Amino acid sequence: MILVPVGEFPEWLLARLSRRTRIPLGPPRVDPAVAWNPGRGQYDSNRLLAELKAHYDGVVIGATACDLFIPVLTFVFGEAEMRGRAAIFSIHRLREEFYGLPENARLLESRALRELLHELGHLRGLAHCQDWSCIMSSAHSVERVDTRGDKFCHDCRLKLEAAGAAHGVPA
Amino acid sequence: MSEEKLSILIVDDEEVVRDSLVHWFTEEGYDVDSSASAPDALSKLAGREFDLVIADIRMPGMDGIELLEKIRSEQLDTSVIVMTGYASVETAVRALKHGAFDYITKPFDPDDLSVVVRNALEQHRLKRENRMLRQQLTEEASLNELIGGSDAMRRVREQIETVAGVDSTVLIEGESGTGKELVARAIHRLSPRRYNPMVVVHCGALTETLIESELFGHEKGAFTGAQYRKKGKFEAAMGGTVFLDEIADISLKTQTDLLRVLQEREIVRVGGTQAIKVDFRVIAASNRNLAEIVKEGKFRSDLFYRLNVFTIHLPPLRERHGDIPLLATHFLDKYSTQMNRKFTGFDRAAMDMLIAHNWPGNVRELENIVERAVVVGHEPLIRAHDLALPRPAEGAEDLSLESVERRHIVRVLEDFGWNQTQAAKALGIDRVTLYHKIRRYGLKPPAKAARV
Ligand SMILES: Nc1ncnc2c1ncn2[C@@H]1O[C@H](COP(=O)(O)OP(=O)(O)O)[C@@H](O)[C@H]1O
Ligand SMILES: [Zn+2]
Ligand SMILES: [Zn+2]
Repeated sequence: MILVPVGEFPEWLLARLSRRTRIPLGPPRVDPAVAWNPGRGQYDSNRLLAELKAHYDGVVIGATACDLFIPVLTFVFGEAEMRGRAAIFSIHRLREEFYGLPENARLLESRALRELLHELGHLRGLAHCQDWSCIMSSAHSVERVDTRGDKFCHDCRLKLEAAGAAHGVPA
Repeated sequence: MSEEKLSILIVDDEEVVRDSLVHWFTEEGYDVDSSASAPDALSKLAGREFDLVIADIRMPGMDGIELLEKIRSEQLDTSVIVMTGYASVETAVRALKHGAFDYITKPFDPDDLSVVVRNALEQHRLKRENRMLRQQLTEEASLNELIGGSDAMRRVREQIETVAGVDSTVLIEGESGTGKELVARAIHRLSPRRYNPMVVVHCGALTETLIESELFGHEKGAFTGAQYRKKGKFEAAMGGTVFLDEIADISLKTQTDLLRVLQEREIVRVGGTQAIKVDFRVIAASNRNLAEIVKEGKFRSDLFYRLNVFTIHLPPLRERHGDIPLLATHFLDKYSTQMNRKFTGFDRAAMDMLIAHNWPGNVRELENIVERAVVVGHEPLIRAHDLALPRPAEGAEDLSLESVERRHIVRVLEDFGWNQTQAAKALGIDRVTLYHKIRRYGLKPPAKAARV
């Protein structure tokens, strides 16, 4: 499994995420411009997943700063193929500046880490969890990203282990 | 132990809409199926039950409203949400008249979509069953996390059990690092609100301008650069618990706002006009005696009475020496496991030293000391010199930068009667930084200063 930037992505953050999850970095190969939708002014997340699969072998997680959408939704924080090979997450709406608040690098890092681990859970076949403090609980707003914890609950951890993936899961 | 999944049927003639909704709801943990037309949906509904149908209003042939009518006339037991491609009040109203639970406009805000769906299913009264098991697990775990065999801790545990089930406000008093947040979490996890989040607000860490948005949220465009609404903690709690840490640090203005929310149970986001109903329980914590601060005129008495319904007092660690060995061993196990080291305990001198220390930073300080010892120590026992504590062999002054900084901050705080704003100014740092240093060093005003 590798972590790769899709378009411009803060280098320090990418390095921290890789270190904290122990997922090695891969080379940038996907240009987000192909997924740009002028009508929405956003990037098509499904298209980027397809691009990731086309450009990399094995399991790949894309990290982007582009604002992602899927057709029926105004935005998504990220998306993953369930039990699949590719996932992507965006920090666009994880930055405090997006909400008109002062920049906060620490908070951004903690949110990005949670999104990454959450998508990783989906890659390993986990669906959303009812336990609000579990990292696999669903979060469709940044407030929820903040309230849910940064760990997998007991049940989800068991499922992860059953899927043979202790990888990238901090103790 | 398979959990019964709730089922949803998506009905839309557009393939891309069906596909992305099926994917999205599958991730959400629902059992999802889809139909490209209303007749197909009806035949699926005839074959099995669905808890919820989400149907597009405009479809060629039979449209969403007709589908809705059919579902009602055949008395199928399912909730229906209709989707409209553009905001059209008339069609939406027509759908509601025909018994739709709600309507949503494409493209959906993901948060709104999940709320609408959750409400529809809740109304369908189907949620509860699969939660029983988890319930029992959490109950046992919560109180066990609070280590301590002293009478004081035993009483705290009793108080937690008493108050958890009652939905009243709780005030937790105790010095920094005594475990106030841990107690708040235990109360939340034992309460009927445990399936909703507990959100934490560190009041002292927020500047006056930010705390309002943090508590009550703000609308898109409320201030420059706000491109999207942000919900405050009271909304984010979604029926759970709001933990207000360091409550004594909030300004009189915010106290007034807070009092209003506690009384009226509704908030208005900054830059907004609409009052939003919020459901929450408040647990507040203070490292100073709130009653004293009320006497000083720095805390509203009416807010104090609202908060002070049930008070739990956490004694400082130096007043419950008996808990030290238990806590130290607990942290030793915790960090040994985490760092993959094999410590079995403390040697005699080390334990004596731990017990003799007076722990101004309380349990947090103890935890930090043990964590560091696990890093520097040699297995299998932690020795006295692994502990970064001032030697009892007095005389020599501790000249480490940390220690000098600590003493200097105390001096300046005393000069300004523990007024943090003024002290921060004199120290040339901002109040938030000072706040973090005070917390880190476990500083607190002497008892007499609080009574001025
Ligand atoms: N009785 C206890 N048993 C186990 N850990 C404790 C206990 N009291 C405090 N701690 C730990 O000490 C640290 C500080 O506790 P916290 O609840 O944050 O204190 P406060 O909110 O009073 O500053 C936390 O890591 C907490 O888990
Ligand atoms: Zn998800
Ligand atoms: Zn979980």
